[in-house]
Amino acid sequence: MKFLKNYLDRVRPNFEEGGKLHAFRSVFDGFDTFLFTPSTTSPKRGLQIHDAIDSKRTMIIVVMALMPCFFFGMYNTGYQHQLALGLDTFPFWEMMLYGFLSILPKVVVAYLVGLGIEFAFAQWRHEEIQEGFLVSGILIPMILPVETPLWMMAVAVAFSVIFVKEVFGGTGYNIFNVALVTRAVLFFSYPAQMSGDRVFVATGKALGYGTAAVDGYTCATPLGQIATHSGGALELTGAGGDPLTAWDAFVGLIPGSFGETSVICILIGAAILLLCRIADPRIMLSVFAGGLIMGWIANTFETPTYPASYLSPVDQLLYGGFAFAAVFMATDPVTAARTTTGKYIYGFLIGVIAVIIRTYNNGYPEGAMLAVLLMNAFAPLIDYCVVQSNIRRRMRRARINSKTA
Amino acid sequence: MKIKIKKGLDLKICGAVTDSDIHQMETDLIAIDPDDFTGLKPKLDVKEGDSVAIGSPLMHDKYRPEVKIVSPVAGRVKAIVRGERRKIVRVEVESCGTASGIVKYDIPTGFTSENAVRLLAESGLLTEMRQRPYDIIPDISKTPRDIFVTAIDSAPLAAAYETYMPTDLKVYEAAVKFLSVVTSGKIYISHREDSFFAGIKGAESVTVTGPHPSGNAGVQAANISPVNKSETIWTLGIDTLYRIGILVTAGRRDCSTVVAVTGPEVVKPSLIRTVFGASISTVTRGLVKKSDHHIRIISGNVFNGVAEKENGYMHFPYRQITVIAEGDDIAEFMGWASLKPSKASVSPTFPGHFLGRFFAPDARLNGGRRAMIMSGEYDRVVPLDIMPEYLIKAIISHDIDAMEKLGIYEVAPEDFAVAEYVDTSKLPLQQIVREGLDYMRQSVE
Repeated sequence: MKFLKNYLDRVRPNFEEGGKLHAFRSVFDGFDTFLFTPSTTSPKRGLQIHDAIDSKRTMIIVVMALMPCFFFGMYNTGYQHQLALGLDTFPFWEMMLYGFLSILPKVVVAYLVGLGIEFAFAQWRHEEIQEGFLVSGILIPMILPVETPLWMMAVAVAFSVIFVKEVFGGTGYNIFNVALVTRAVLFFSYPAQMSGDRVFVATGKALGYGTAAVDGYTCATPLGQIATHSGGALELTGAGGDPLTAWDAFVGLIPGSFGETSVICILIGAAILLLCRIADPRIMLSVFAGGLIMGWIANTFETPTYPASYLSPVDQLLYGGFAFAAVFMATDPVTAARTTTGKYIYGFLIGVIAVIIRTYNNGYPEGAMLAVLLMNAFAPLIDYCVVQSNIRRRMRRARINSKTA
Repeated sequence: MKIKIKKGLDLKICGAVTDSDIHQMETDLIAIDPDDFTGLKPKLDVKEGDSVAIGSPLMHDKYRPEVKIVSPVAGRVKAIVRGERRKIVRVEVESCGTASGIVKYDIPTGFTSENAVRLLAESGLLTEMRQRPYDIIPDISKTPRDIFVTAIDSAPLAAAYETYMPTDLKVYEAAVKFLSVVTSGKIYISHREDSFFAGIKGAESVTVTGPHPSGNAGVQAANISPVNKSETIWTLGIDTLYRIGILVTAGRRDCSTVVAVTGPEVVKPSLIRTVFGASISTVTRGLVKKSDHHIRIISGNVFNGVAEKENGYMHFPYRQITVIAEGDDIAEFMGWASLKPSKASVSPTFPGHFLGRFFAPDARLNGGRRAMIMSGEYDRVVPLDIMPEYLIKAIISHDIDAMEKLGIYEVAPEDFAVAEYVDTSKLPLQQIVREGLDYMRQSVE
């Protein structure tokens, strides 16, 4: 690797102030620090050594934790496609290839648009490129329906990277989760294309590969079916018209956004995040607790007016994006509550609100996204209260001391 | 009294001192750096070529002229090194083997608070102490509520005080008696379990267990009786307490010290007896490994020290030298993805985390500086009843009101050293806290 290092050192002056490629300094810096650990050493006075962990490694671990869901998403896309075609053979590699080709353009576009904007802002601000979008860029295609048009996604990514992250100062300063805002922008700007029963199962060819299904094929997600359900017994059906069970939802072979269907894979991701101490277990557990409790309340007072109240508390956790949001969205450290007590409250309320929205608002079959975004807005307030209680306790201590003195 | 500190981190680094022999190293050149004594604005008392005795003043504080920094050796002022805008960088003193001048202090039989503090200031011993708030040399116009003496050095590779401090408890007791007129409150001495320091009479003995920074006097104070607004406490090490004891019993300054020369780049980690400000080359003579890579010689420990060249001098508290690799000559390919077991980390993503082995760290930051991203990292290692993250944010935004409420009076930069070490975002926390304390002091006083 010596030659690569030498090469980078040789071309470096071109990217420095006054060099002819100065406009690409941030890009060069990004690649340089990606390839070689910076040799910056500690200042003369103070701390002399640093832990080996850095922001790059942290972010890459999150991406790795997402991989089981990602690969399953590829498989499931192919699987749902086969069902939609009415086939009953499921060739593994062909399905994987179909899924891969369906998601590839979205991953490429998300990274190109998002990283392009990040690089430009880093250059403009004379800062290093920050790694936050490494995670957002893979999350975004995973939480969108597989048939989302590329241009819509590009517009939404650009909007949320600029207005949710960069205007606040970049990674670490954003109030809302960038990936979720991308989804919310799409959801509210293009409701016709983004929800309903046409986007969750890939029916066309993927980059020219595969067979297109008949025009007019529709299949809604289980939660979509519940939200539009009226009268009669509630029976959920899959892309092939067969009934769906909670087990299908646990395994993940149901229609839904690309990466969020399989609870098994989400749990594997959760295990990676928790074992690596990247995500906070307090948040994850309390989201699930909140969902279970609110699910139980809704289920206890089940009513035909709100068909989702027929779901058992466990079903609430299995269907839709609930588990994915609990593990990967609510635990985003930048937008979540940062105090220990705050994390419990924050997570619990996400669980509760997700189920409330899902159950008592037929307009939005999926509540997890909105619940996380809503609590993102409230996280600073929760933290404020926790910090105030620490301050009050210490003030009281000061008063007691001055009395006894 | 017993206190148990749970939060913190004991770093395993190779190169600890294993035998308790103390080797004598004569030094003929010492230097005193006034920057080591935070809160003191130095004014010179000597010119180049002046002869000085042990205990005669080299510098004094501009605002409180009775607070002095004294010469640890008898000899001649060799040079006064100045930096930008004539700032005093250090005063170098050459010791003359024959000159054995030593300042004798008159020790009255009964002390008042006033003349006791004056004696501490004149003898230079005050500069070895710190006060909270602000982590500066004690303000002699304020009476300390309590005095906290720590007999624990919990920093990585530090030698335990018990291995080299004299065991004559009478000297310590004389010092405790002397200090008790200075404070209206108590004098606490914290030590590890089964330490002979527990036998010092007149002081409140506190047994402290737990990882670094449990040895910081400020951390102990926060867990025993925290500092509130408008209160002041003094903190000092047991070695300073011993020197106070020598002053009041023998009427002279003891400026000798035992230095633990430690670290992965040291041939044989050893204890060296020398004097304050000794030149690094004499203290480490024959001890530093010959290597083909760059090394960093730290006066102090890896959490809280000053990097020095081989021709440099020791810095306060003159107790430890750590030699590690500098690391700036390493081209590490994709270090962030490395699974090398030789990487030390608190993160379970590194195999080294589970191996329980001793590490040889280098001085690299191991990453780029970022905004605060991960939450709760500081909470895990700062054993104070404060909200470290929020305090840091308040300092960065210069919000005096918030700083005060969040407990800036209780903290010192050294309490944040472990947090700075584990920080994924590589923020210079100790420097931020130092700036916050200075800003606060400027604005309030």
